[in-house]
Amino acid sequence: MFGRDDKVSAIRLTAAQYMILAIFLVLAYGLWRLQVMQSGYYASAAQKNEIRNVPILAPRGKILDREGRIIVDNYPSFSALLLRDSSRDLNADADLIAQGLHLDATEVRTRIRHFASMPQYQPIFLKEDITPDELAFIDAHRNELPELDTIVAHRRLYPRNGFMAHLIGYVGEVTEDMLNQPQFELYNPGDVVGVSGVERQYNNALMGKNGARRALVNSHGREIGLLGETEAVPGKQLKLTVDIDLQIAAEEALEGKNGAVVAMDPRTGEILAMVSRPTFDPQSFSVRVSRDQWSKLVNDEDHPLMNKAIQAQLAPGSTFKIIMATAGLQEGIAQDLHVNCTGGGIFYGRYFKCWISARHQSHGAVDIVKGIYQSCDVFFYTLGEKLGIDRIARYATALGMGQKTGIDLPQEVSGVMPSEQWKIRNFKQKWFAGETISVSIGQGAVAATPIQMARAFGAIASGGRMVRPHVTNPTDLPPGIIPAQNLQDEVTIPIDPKNWEIITDAMAQVVSPVGTAGASAIKGVDMAGKTGSAQTVSNALKAKMSASDKAKHKDNGWFVGVEPRRNPEIVVCALFEEGEHGSLAAHVVSKVIEAYVEKQRRQPAKMASAKAAANAEIGAVWTEPDEDGGEQKLQGGHFFLDTAKRPLAVMTAAPGMAQTH
Amino acid sequence: MSRYVSFRDFDWLLLIFVLMICGLGVTEIHSATMHTKFAGSHIKQIYWILGGVGAMFLLSAVNYQLLLDRIHWFYIAGVASLMAVLVFGQKYLGARRWIKMPGGNHFQPSEWVKLILILSVAKYFADLRHRELSWPDFIKAGAIVGIPMLMVLAQPDLGTALTYVPIAIMGVFLGGMQWKQGVLVALLALIGVGAVFFVPRVHVLKSYQKQRLTSFMDPENDPQGTGYQVEQSKIAVGSGGLWGGKGSQTHGAFLPVPQTDFIFAAFSEEHGFVGALGVLLLYFIVLMRLTQNAQTAPDRAGTFVVMGVVAVLSFHILVNVGMVVGFMPVTGIPLPLMSYGGSSVLFMFLALGMVMNVRMRRFVN
Repeated sequence: MFGRDDKVSAIRLTAAQYMILAIFLVLAYGLWRLQVMQSGYYASAAQKNEIRNVPILAPRGKILDREGRIIVDNYPSFSALLLRDSSRDLNADADLIAQGLHLDATEVRTRIRHFASMPQYQPIFLKEDITPDELAFIDAHRNELPELDTIVAHRRLYPRNGFMAHLIGYVGEVTEDMLNQPQFELYNPGDVVGVSGVERQYNNALMGKNGARRALVNSHGREIGLLGETEAVPGKQLKLTVDIDLQIAAEEALEGKNGAVVAMDPRTGEILAMVSRPTFDPQSFSVRVSRDQWSKLVNDEDHPLMNKAIQAQLAPGSTFKIIMATAGLQEGIAQDLHVNCTGGGIFYGRYFKCWISARHQSHGAVDIVKGIYQSCDVFFYTLGEKLGIDRIARYATALGMGQKTGIDLPQEVSGVMPSEQWKIRNFKQKWFAGETISVSIGQGAVAATPIQMARAFGAIASGGRMVRPHVTNPTDLPPGIIPAQNLQDEVTIPIDPKNWEIITDAMAQVVSPVGTAGASAIKGVDMAGKTGSAQTVSNALKAKMSASDKAKHKDNGWFVGVEPRRNPEIVVCALFEEGEHGSLAAHVVSKVIEAYVEKQRRQPAKMASAKAAANAEIGAVWTEPDEDGGEQKLQGGHFFLDTAKRPLAVMTAAPGMAQTH
Repeated sequence: MSRYVSFRDFDWLLLIFVLMICGLGVTEIHSATMHTKFAGSHIKQIYWILGGVGAMFLLSAVNYQLLLDRIHWFYIAGVASLMAVLVFGQKYLGARRWIKMPGGNHFQPSEWVKLILILSVAKYFADLRHRELSWPDFIKAGAIVGIPMLMVLAQPDLGTALTYVPIAIMGVFLGGMQWKQGVLVALLALIGVGAVFFVPRVHVLKSYQKQRLTSFMDPENDPQGTGYQVEQSKIAVGSGGLWGGKGSQTHGAFLPVPQTDFIFAAFSEEHGFVGALGVLLLYFIVLMRLTQNAQTAPDRAGTFVVMGVVAVLSFHILVNVGMVVGFMPVTGIPLPLMSYGGSSVLFMFLALGMVMNVRMRRFVN
């Protein structure tokens, strides 16, 4: 039909053959590369695919108060999972699943869609920490919804309503940033670690060690063989120095206010209570924080996440005058200083007002004692002028101002204690003598944290013995856990006994009818302290402000109280933000001290309470009539009284804790 | 004109090699699906192969000249069936590729359109008598393949649409393409692909297609996502080593669809470099035998028909094995003769039927 010329070009056909040969050579090279050149790498990759380390989660240690009462516990929590390797049409089941788990059906579908490109063995976490009725729903639908499953994890159970939240802190999944830091090198992704507070500080003790099961799995994650198992080591219990009863009193005293309360035993440095307000609910963090919730907390003007007891550095106001008094007396200036307060005075060419001038009054003749209990600014201006900034700074620094107290909690701040050197170092400027006058009443550049003030007052009232505050006792720490600081550090600032008496007596008068916090006196309790109210903005700025802005920038109220006045057992510092006057903060402190004293009285003696669990044996003699009602007979006997029934403490656990432990 | 047609001239050698490849495919399907819900697929595959062989014999008995003479009707029917898919097709995973047939079967027209295109291109170039291709010829040939291709792209099924391209290329190449034409078209194609990829406002590829292609460029960067399949495939092949291994990738179900698109990876894992190279050699022998048949074809049209089959088969092997060893993106193109699946098996045997058809008539006139 066709001639030879109609044949397809033989050269081109041969070219096509060579083309095919080239393709096969390339493919053969591809096989050679993978199977011969890199076979070792891919063999180990295959093994990694196949062997899975399934962690056995270790529960975190409980956190207890000083009497062993539970503050933080764990509870088993179930998470609902959606397995994706089943042949079910997940989208079709989404409505039923959403209904049973109280989720939004469209959200479930969105989750399913988001996971579409993930390998099938990866389940979708639908809901964490499901309720018992949701768990019952999953159990009841094992056959209808085989793709729905649960896993168990131990979750942190925190006290209710943010009780003690700042001190305890909270836990979270370890972040990538943390994993890159050397101190967290032993942690694995997915580990739950302390993020703040005690949970973070003592994470090594609390965390425990996850066990692991080495299992052979298929790509659906189903175990098809067991290679070995290491058991989990649960985290260790941690006993705090905090007393729940006192903590409750402090929380209640600050309820509805913003600020902080810290109560410490100045003899040992043990923190008895620590509150910061507003608070947050760490429980909501132990599952998963929503972005909204988190940004709301972070952007809140009242800083609910900040532990103000150790992180708020504010002007201490007139509470600083006790440090001034210590410096003035020790330097031999204050004893003989007599000042006439006319509601203000001129220092270095500028007029400085006394707070009393706002009431159109004056203090008249003032000495150191009246200066303290009436908090006369003019007296301390004069004293500050005579002392000069460097002598003030020397005493204040010795009493812990401008430096961290070293408390065993993360993220403590150091506050500021200005001096001539400080100003040159930070501002490259000379110190103006006028600034000393502001510093003398705890204003200006001075900034202190409540814990610093508590510690300084504790030291002064204890005759100069200053301790390092701490929330755990070294002896109570689990073996092998060494606190970051030496918790038993103490220093002694020399305070002349005579001066000590003058200051502490004057502080006692603060809570007497003549003092600035007379209403906070507790009958029969030897309480002493000092009020303070600190401006949050300078007077000059305040003058320019509108009324509403002024309301926003009310003064902070401070009070630091001790009980008893000398060698106190407890020192309490209250910061009442926008509390206007220290006398309101004094109410907070007096409530905590009252709770402390009451508890001490309920517990007859420390020695008895140690043996409290034993039965007490009592011997007795008495007379009773004989059978026929005639002669009386002397009787005698031994009785055992079950003293354990005596209520030793009000609470057996922190609020929200189950009491069955 | 006397026609002397005999099954003595049937290419029995080719059939033996083809059935060897099918046999290896069946054993691998058996091994890969043993413990899955697809267990027993190899039996079905055997039925498909038997049906395919039967269809091959049937088709080889019909003179291909008769088919070529009526090819325009087939072409129209093919385009109509593609249109029907777009209108009435079953939507599955976001694409319309199947028409539901009575009896629960699914019919995928894009497969048999491939056969029609091989014949159409053969017919077109057989009728062209010039030694050198003119531009209008070039464009007409492009349109014959291009129209159904665009319709398959609209389903969307990029993988199948791409398998039409080698038919056109082979036709144009053997039909007398000039070098400058080749260079110009290659350049235009490069620019087109570049535009699809890098100009954000051109939405030719669906996002999942783009994702597949980009994850191919950098699979390690995204081991849990779409690059996961490529990565698992490479691990399967690589862990097979020289002599093959226990096949944990295949049997642990880490390897996706080990009985269809990734059957070569499963085979390479279990039988190593030696086994995989053996399979490639079998395919190479088959292809060489086919081109030999093309050379001895009685006429131009016969050569074009056989070379069209060669082009489709080589392209499938290149893309599928290339994907398995990580040279090519995941396109969902099966490995002919080995991969499990009725459409694919049936297509291959019908194509071979046409080759046999041509060969059996080599001594005609």
